[in-house]
Amino acid sequence: MNLLLIAVGAALVNNVVLSQFLGLCPFIGVSKKVDTAAGMGGAVIFVITIASAVTSLIYTFILEKLDITYLQTIVFILVIAALVQFVEMFLKKTMPSLYQALGVYLPLITTNCAVLGVALINVQKSYGFLSSVINGFGTAVGFTISIVIMAGIREKIEYNDIPESFKGTPIVLVTAGLMAMAFFGFSGLIK
Amino acid sequence: MSKAIERLKCGIITENPTFVQMLGMCPTMAVTTSAVNGIGMGLTTTVILILSNMMISALRKVIPDKVRIPAYIVIVASFVTIVQFLLQGFVPSLYDSLGIYIPLIVVNCIILGRAESYASKNNVWLSMFDGIGMGLGFTIGLTSIGIFRELFGNGTIFGFQIMPSQYEPVTILILAPGAFFVLACLIAIQNKVRLNKAKKEGIPVSCEKENGCAGCTNTLCSGRQFAEQNSETK
Repeated sequence: MNLLLIAVGAALVNNVVLSQFLGLCPFIGVSKKVDTAAGMGGAVIFVITIASAVTSLIYTFILEKLDITYLQTIVFILVIAALVQFVEMFLKKTMPSLYQALGVYLPLITTNCAVLGVALINVQKSYGFLSSVINGFGTAVGFTISIVIMAGIREKIEYNDIPESFKGTPIVLVTAGLMAMAFFGFSGLIK
Repeated sequence: MSKAIERLKCGIITENPTFVQMLGMCPTMAVTTSAVNGIGMGLTTTVILILSNMMISALRKVIPDKVRIPAYIVIVASFVTIVQFLLQGFVPSLYDSLGIYIPLIVVNCIILGRAESYASKNNVWLSMFDGIGMGLGFTIGLTSIGIFRELFGNGTIFGFQIMPSQYEPVTILILAPGAFFVLACLIAIQNKVRLNKAKKEGIPVSCEKENGCAGCTNTLCSGRQFAEQNSETK
């Protein structure tokens, strides 16, 4: 039950993009069409869940054991970069169809604040292994939900009469702000 | 000497990371809930930017090209860790209010972008000034957005009550959606200025950026490379 609360909290209440402002670059850049957005979301779920698991293990069994937890930032970012490389190579060899679908988004995720952010939050909240994985999964699902909704809205407003200076990024940000307000409705969900 | 001053002017005015280049949007939105946080984050990023620019510039002939990105990341992450502990020890209130965004400076596009596009190609002295310029530009950007949001969202600046007591603060401005709205208006104003300038000079210009990232000057951000790839196929 506690795990469910963590997942829902991560996905909706503390939505990674709309409430914590992590992962904004891909959010604005990749949300033009619903299928690219869904593809990006899928890749993000994949990477963040694995990254949460791996960083949690490394923290517990290496950093804490050797009492070098102050190296967490450096170690985490290197691990995440290496992980994305491995995932890409692994997918290419074993599941080429999945690689075709997700492959182009994977390098995009490495410098994404969201992955490092989730790893650091897991440590900050002292989550065990399972809670870290669920938190990571929930966060990524929240990212996917928001990016797909954004893509859907963007496809529709493309035909609207937008003021000249608001075309492009500004209208996307206004939409994101309205979505953030909508997601406020979730704030009493977990108590 | 004038090359160094030119770096300063570039970072603060002509290529301001917040207003012109649109880099580092994540911390910009998250941290500008008050002017104090804005200045704190800006100065922290400036310090890290200066140190990492200098270090990367000093090592630029030594780092092999194939591993330069991981090398930059390790250098930046090390400085971030050091600065993080210094903040925790000496300015704990700032450390608490900036929270998780301090370690996230590692993936701040500004730092890696400057490392890739300037520090790896120029000497230590100029790289230091580039870091000071960009960092100050970022700080000015953050502080001005922070002042705006705090003034209208809370009635205060740096904690001092400015607005009269009858003023009903627009609380949404200091919450998450407010950040999006303020940034949207900021970019819209810029677009308007650019459009007016183009109309005066008679050049047809569309202010529609291909994707939010494609117009970004940060060549290191994979979002921009992705957008470039895609703009051919779409």
